[in-house]
Amino acid sequence: MDVLIFLIPIAIGLGLIGLFAFMWTLKSGQYEDLEGARWRILSDDDVTPAKPEEPKS
Amino acid sequence: MIAADRDWNAFAEPKADGTVHLDLAVEGITCAACMGTIERGLCTLPSVAARVNLTTHRLALDWRPEAVEAGAIVHRLERLGYRAHPFDPGRRSAEEAAESRELLRCLGAAGFGAMNIMLLSVSVWAGNATDIDAPTRDLFHWISALIAIPIVAYSGRPFFRSAFRALRALRTNMDVPISIGIVLTLALSIVETLGSAEHAFFDSVVMLLFFLLVGRFLDHDMRRRTRSVAENMTALRVQSAMKIAPDGDVRELPLSKIDPGDLVLIRPGERVSVDGVVEEGTSGVDQSLVTGETTLVEVGIGDAVHAGTLNVGGLLRVRVTAASAGTFLDEVNRLLENAAQAKSRYMRLADRASRAYAPIVHASALLTALGWIATGHDVARSLVIAVSVLIITCPCALALAIPAVQVVASGILFKSGVLLHSGDAIERLAAVDTIVFDKTGTLTLPEPRLLDEGGADPARLAAAGRLARASRHPLGVALATATRAGAPPETAREIPGRGVEAEIDGRIERLGAPDWCGVGPERIAAALARHPGASLVAHDDGRSEPVLFAFAQGLRSDAAAVVAGLSARGYAVEILSGDRQSAVAEVAAALGVATFAAGLTPAGKIARLEELKRQGRTVMMVGDGLNDAPALAAAHVSLSPVTAVHLSQAAADAVFLGDRLAPVVSALTVARRARRAMVENLWLSVVYNLVAVPVAVAGLVTPLIAALAMSGSSVLVTLNALRLRLSAPRREPAAGGETWTS
Repeated sequence: MDVLIFLIPIAIGLGLIGLFAFMWTLKSGQYEDLEGARWRILSDDDVTPAKPEEPKS
Repeated sequence: MIAADRDWNAFAEPKADGTVHLDLAVEGITCAACMGTIERGLCTLPSVAARVNLTTHRLALDWRPEAVEAGAIVHRLERLGYRAHPFDPGRRSAEEAAESRELLRCLGAAGFGAMNIMLLSVSVWAGNATDIDAPTRDLFHWISALIAIPIVAYSGRPFFRSAFRALRALRTNMDVPISIGIVLTLALSIVETLGSAEHAFFDSVVMLLFFLLVGRFLDHDMRRRTRSVAENMTALRVQSAMKIAPDGDVRELPLSKIDPGDLVLIRPGERVSVDGVVEEGTSGVDQSLVTGETTLVEVGIGDAVHAGTLNVGGLLRVRVTAASAGTFLDEVNRLLENAAQAKSRYMRLADRASRAYAPIVHASALLTALGWIATGHDVARSLVIAVSVLIITCPCALALAIPAVQVVASGILFKSGVLLHSGDAIERLAAVDTIVFDKTGTLTLPEPRLLDEGGADPARLAAAGRLARASRHPLGVALATATRAGAPPETAREIPGRGVEAEIDGRIERLGAPDWCGVGPERIAAALARHPGASLVAHDDGRSEPVLFAFAQGLRSDAAAVVAGLSARGYAVEILSGDRQSAVAEVAAALGVATFAAGLTPAGKIARLEELKRQGRTVMMVGDGLNDAPALAAAHVSLSPVTAVHLSQAAADAVFLGDRLAPVVSALTVARRARRAMVENLWLSVVYNLVAVPVAVAGLVTPLIAALAMSGSSVLVTLNALRLRLSAPRREPAAGGETWTS
């Protein structure tokens, strides 16, 4: 049963990764527009064109 | 043209990093292609970042004010073919968004906890059946505790907060037994773990939280979605006013930036957006949205005008006043307050259930403990069994029974064009037996309709329609729509208070006030005798006899069918209107409604509702005017069309979209079926408890049984709620305004 010492932390760690990933998607507003997201994936230019004049701070 | 003189910069909010942000409600977004067109089109402007939200039909814009003007962005948007409306994301929706994110965070955490604890619990259950040794089981329980304690503290907050608020106000709600159950179960499990017992209930606690949060989030999300549609609809209407600065400069500003004492300009054909006193100009004002009366009221210097009325005649300069004592608005507000207070006495089905539920469950847990102690068992063991009664009855199914139905039912209603403001409106709708309609703007369409073409031939109609295109006057708009006219003549210009004039082939063509177009008083009188209460517009083409068009507010296309259908299904239908007796009688006759009252004041409408209530009727009020607002609040439940004034929409329990009355019927039908499902669900929970409680009292509940029972009953009530969908009415063919419902 020694293997439990590794397996349980791994299981919980994986769960935590999932939880933090969810929190991150939530925080970055990825659930704000589910309708739009399902179409954006189909468009080629889903990356908004870079704006040269705007130095992002 | 309108956009050019609107001060869009005033609507934008500056941000800390030097950029500004603007939220717009955009008309005409129908599909994913629009999203790409708008974003690509706007991103070519310097420094502009645009993002369309296809769910809410809103556009979020960020740009650097020194690089580009707000007006230029909106102008580009219009060239792309989309009309934008400034949108004031109120404090309320910001709070709701934050609340929704909090629920999701709690849900995420509870989901993580439930999965991991279940992983450990299943091992323990399997081990208990075979050969797990006590130290391993303790280790598993301790790890479960370490996960469960922070998760409950974090994810349980929405319930603890609400329970605490209720207790502080000396009330109880569903969250009180939920919180007690959660805390006791957690405490019991920790005690059991300390004593290295065979069973701990960490999985039950966290799973319970997870299920409850799912229900709460869905409920919350549904309401947020309907609200965002309603907000878009509001944005389409006046939320701004033309402020005249002391130096004579006129700028269009959002209403939040207009203060009492400001001078505003109201052009003919515009809806008045403020309450005030006329300082300059005379005009006819259509007050149908405010008082229900369809005849124009003449206003001059010193007269009061109300927000929501339509300026039909000339240019007005109005000094803004706050609502002051003695005015019509003040009276409406006072009545509204009284009515709202009376209404808050209604007790929701869920609260009634929890009021019956909590004492029974808590008493039976107590009796269980006492019973086991009395029969000579040790105290610790007796308490464990008593708490297991609480766990097994923990109102998972009961707490889901009603929200699950509400979510499904409001989703169905949303699709048929009814936006609910409050979740309990469904229960109240189901109890209705009497329906009271307002006439103006509810049974009739709020916009005027062409009644009589005055014998004009098609060519003449088309010419008049083209001229009408140049006008922003409501009658002009109605004529242009009715004739499906093409582009206006280039020379057309609008003359305030008169009409539209254009020079075509050397002739002066006019469309507007009959006397201005050279129609004699006898002809006007004759036309009015034919169509009492109609508004007249004349067309003079400069070579032949002028033509007179008559307009009046027409009935909604399905009004007669809806009223007949409602009567056939046993609802009593009445009309209460602020309009003239003759106009109301005409509509009542057309619809076959026997009971009606005309010329009512807001207080008069309430008096009639009270009378009906005394007769034991449960009344639904359907109305749109400012004068209906108190009655809407006083009725058992109320609906208003989306064209209603803001105050009425806020007072109503639900808003319906489109030009048809059919949503009123679907609201009633869906509500009745939903109410039945709610009662079924409550009975399912009762039956479940009748089976489960004896098992728990007998001390036979293990964590495995608790987990199975809890999820089983929750799934059962949810499935029963989903059954509503199977028999949901097919979506009505598109009516006006439905592009917003996606």
